[in-house]
Amino acid sequence: MAQAHAAAKGGHGHHDHGHHDLESMKTFGFWLFLITDCILFGTLFATYIVLRGNTNGGPTPEELFQMPMILAETFILLTSSFTSGLAVLAMHQGKVKQLIGWLIVTALLGASFIGLEIYEFVHMVHEGATISTSAFLSGFFALVGTHGLHVSLGLVWMIGLMIQLRRRGITPVTKRKVEVLSLYWHFLDVVWIFVLTVVYLMGVM
Amino acid sequence: MLDKIQEFASEFFVTGDPLILGAQVSIAIAMVAIVFVLTYFRKWVWLWREWLTTVDHKRIGIMYIICSILMLFRGGVDALLMRLQLAVPNAEFLHPEHYNQIFTTHGVIMILFMAMPLMFGLFNVIMPLQIGARDVAYPFLNALSFWLFFFGAMLFNVSFIIGGSPDAGWLAYPPLSGLEHSPGVGQNFYIWGIQISGIGSLATGINFIVTILKMRAPGMTLMKMPMFTWSVFSSCIIIIFAFPILTVTLALLFLDRFLGAHFFTLDGGGNPMMYINLIWMWGHPEVYIVILPAFGIFSEIVATFSKKTLFGYKSMVFAMLIISVLSFFTWVHHFFTMGSGADVNVFFAITTMAIAIPTGAKVFNWLFTMYRGRIKFTTPMLWTIAFIPCFVIGGMTGVLLSVAPADFQFHNSYFLIAHFHQVLIGGVAFGYFAGLYYWWPKMFGFKLNEHLGKWAFWLWNIGFYVCFMPQYFLGLDGMTRRVSTYDFDMGWGSLNMVSTVGGFLMGIGFIFQVWQIAYSIKHHEKDVTGDPWDGRTLEWSIPSPAPVYNFAVTPHVEHVDDWWETKQKRAAAGAAKEPRPVYEPIHMPKNSAIPFVKSALWFFVGFGFVWDWMWMAIPALIGVGICMLARSFTYDDDYYIQVDEIERTEAALRGVKA
Repeated sequence: MAQAHAAAKGGHGHHDHGHHDLESMKTFGFWLFLITDCILFGTLFATYIVLRGNTNGGPTPEELFQMPMILAETFILLTSSFTSGLAVLAMHQGKVKQLIGWLIVTALLGASFIGLEIYEFVHMVHEGATISTSAFLSGFFALVGTHGLHVSLGLVWMIGLMIQLRRRGITPVTKRKVEVLSLYWHFLDVVWIFVLTVVYLMGVM
Repeated sequence: MLDKIQEFASEFFVTGDPLILGAQVSIAIAMVAIVFVLTYFRKWVWLWREWLTTVDHKRIGIMYIICSILMLFRGGVDALLMRLQLAVPNAEFLHPEHYNQIFTTHGVIMILFMAMPLMFGLFNVIMPLQIGARDVAYPFLNALSFWLFFFGAMLFNVSFIIGGSPDAGWLAYPPLSGLEHSPGVGQNFYIWGIQISGIGSLATGINFIVTILKMRAPGMTLMKMPMFTWSVFSSCIIIIFAFPILTVTLALLFLDRFLGAHFFTLDGGGNPMMYINLIWMWGHPEVYIVILPAFGIFSEIVATFSKKTLFGYKSMVFAMLIISVLSFFTWVHHFFTMGSGADVNVFFAITTMAIAIPTGAKVFNWLFTMYRGRIKFTTPMLWTIAFIPCFVIGGMTGVLLSVAPADFQFHNSYFLIAHFHQVLIGGVAFGYFAGLYYWWPKMFGFKLNEHLGKWAFWLWNIGFYVCFMPQYFLGLDGMTRRVSTYDFDMGWGSLNMVSTVGGFLMGIGFIFQVWQIAYSIKHHEKDVTGDPWDGRTLEWSIPSPAPVYNFAVTPHVEHVDDWWETKQKRAAAGAAKEPRPVYEPIHMPKNSAIPFVKSALWFFVGFGFVWDWMWMAIPALIGVGICMLARSFTYDDDYYIQVDEIERTEAALRGVKA
């Protein structure tokens, strides 16, 4: 065991624990978290698919889903993913104002997505389609609701991050946080594509 | 008014059972005693600063181990109560309902609140030291994982004095665990206790994978990692794939109970069988999560005490990785009899049997490591040697169970009980005991008393066989699991009595272990070498107990057993003095109160949902959110240890005057 502090020193910046770049390590951990989140959604999708036909004499997917609104939701969320990408581009150019601006646009789009989803849920409940109506609806609310909850948490996170960006500007730490948030946001977008396909399109087919 | 309070209290506290009343009184006395001692010796600030807010992985590991030993006691008492009830026919020691609660909590506690934390404790204390790291990847998250486990375990444990224990079995199959058949709060305690601690386990899985992949000392390639580190890695891979399934499953069960959803109900189109699939998709990998680290521990101990390199290093690594993949393709063997059809059963029978192949390869590797070795029979080595026949018998009965047609006979019988206790006690418990004895000097700077340790070892081992061998025959004789009593004319009395005696022998073994720890704390000899066993891996190259920064100078690794090679080289070079190392300031994370506070708030979230008290759950949930934001806004979370402090610490630890 040669005592190679010289070797250990090479490639280590200010923020280290005697290992490689701390910020990139945190991003890596977030990728692993996304794997676990994939499994979480995978389990919910499997549950939904198993229970999809068990409508218990209650409303069926065809009767419930309002496709124009769902397509609007989809369009809004996809656009927000695009604007979050523009935010990251602005960050790489070092333009903090532009970065915050695009994050605000992303957050507003995310909020309108959530607004439409809440409207959809309230509408369904008014029509008597609640989580306890049938196994199909239990699966539906659990899956779509979990996605909505993720988006809502992302919104809170985004607002917190905008405040930090205002205070601190673009530093290695805030940079990593924006990158991780953007990863999360794109991930939710991908999950939504599956929700759209498996729940809505296959439901009304 | 008074009536109402009385009514509430009788619903809130469990009353009417002398055993539980005794427990309530002793818990109250213990709590008063703890508060008194802490106040009298003015230890509150010390406890808060040094332990409750710590982010040091070694201290977190020690806290895990303490909790798991307490849980071993509780789970063990549950076991002995069951054995007392079953010792003679027609016993009336426990009511059937109470018996149901006890076998449920015994299972949950032993797997989730004893084995898992003991495993995480050893991960935390040792794994970073083995790879030459200063810390784990996310020290803050690590502390959060521990406190989530702690408060989850507490939430589960209060159920037996407050509200009533869950009684639907350790995996809580619906519809039995649904609202219709379990209307009380016991199942809610089950769901929230496991959910909260499970999130902590998931975080640990991520944390340790990143630690292993990103924080190894320079020169340590993956194929130079110590075997225990490999086992941590494979176990964590299973954790990150299996635990999200548990999270979802428990959440859906909760929705069924709380919002009247129909995932697993008998009416409304629900599908109880889906729960059984989901819970075993987590539950089967779970048993490999706990056994793989034991394999890693045995590999370290066998090599150290045979004074030989581990035989078949690469095949060991390969076997572990294969097991971690195969573990996900065996879950159906837990319900061969539930009508999946022959083809499905065959597939899962074969995948189950396939696991015996890599496991067998490992057993041979350990045997070949011992072959022609200079074996030293220390306590860790004794546990390792005892593990091998035990695990081989347990493995073979497991293969018998995995034969689907035969399983129709053995299913839910005592044969099964004997099998899984044989692999879980003989594999996991023996393994973690061995690890605890082996690494104890690294944690505390002194060895445990070997004489008392050997007494404990023999009591445990003899007790083990006396307890579980009769159960194989009871199972073949038709005795099923979960029965709380049986008639004289079944002819099961004598074997059950023998089994109970064995159970108590293990209980006495546990008392010897506690005595051993207490005795060694009082009469130990301080280990100043840091390497009392003449070890092979990096953790033995630093003083015991390890300083807060672990390695004063980051080691550079060249070999698999790097510390062993270094010692050989030093001996060959003669007594030439090592050059005085040059220290640099070390970057460390600051302590934080957030993990403790946030997890305590989770406890109240859980408690609120258990009792349907939204006035408690919602504010606590908001508090959790505030904690997350507070952490996000914390930028000042690190500091540097300066060179003069490192010099002082190192000199003091190595017994040299600075």
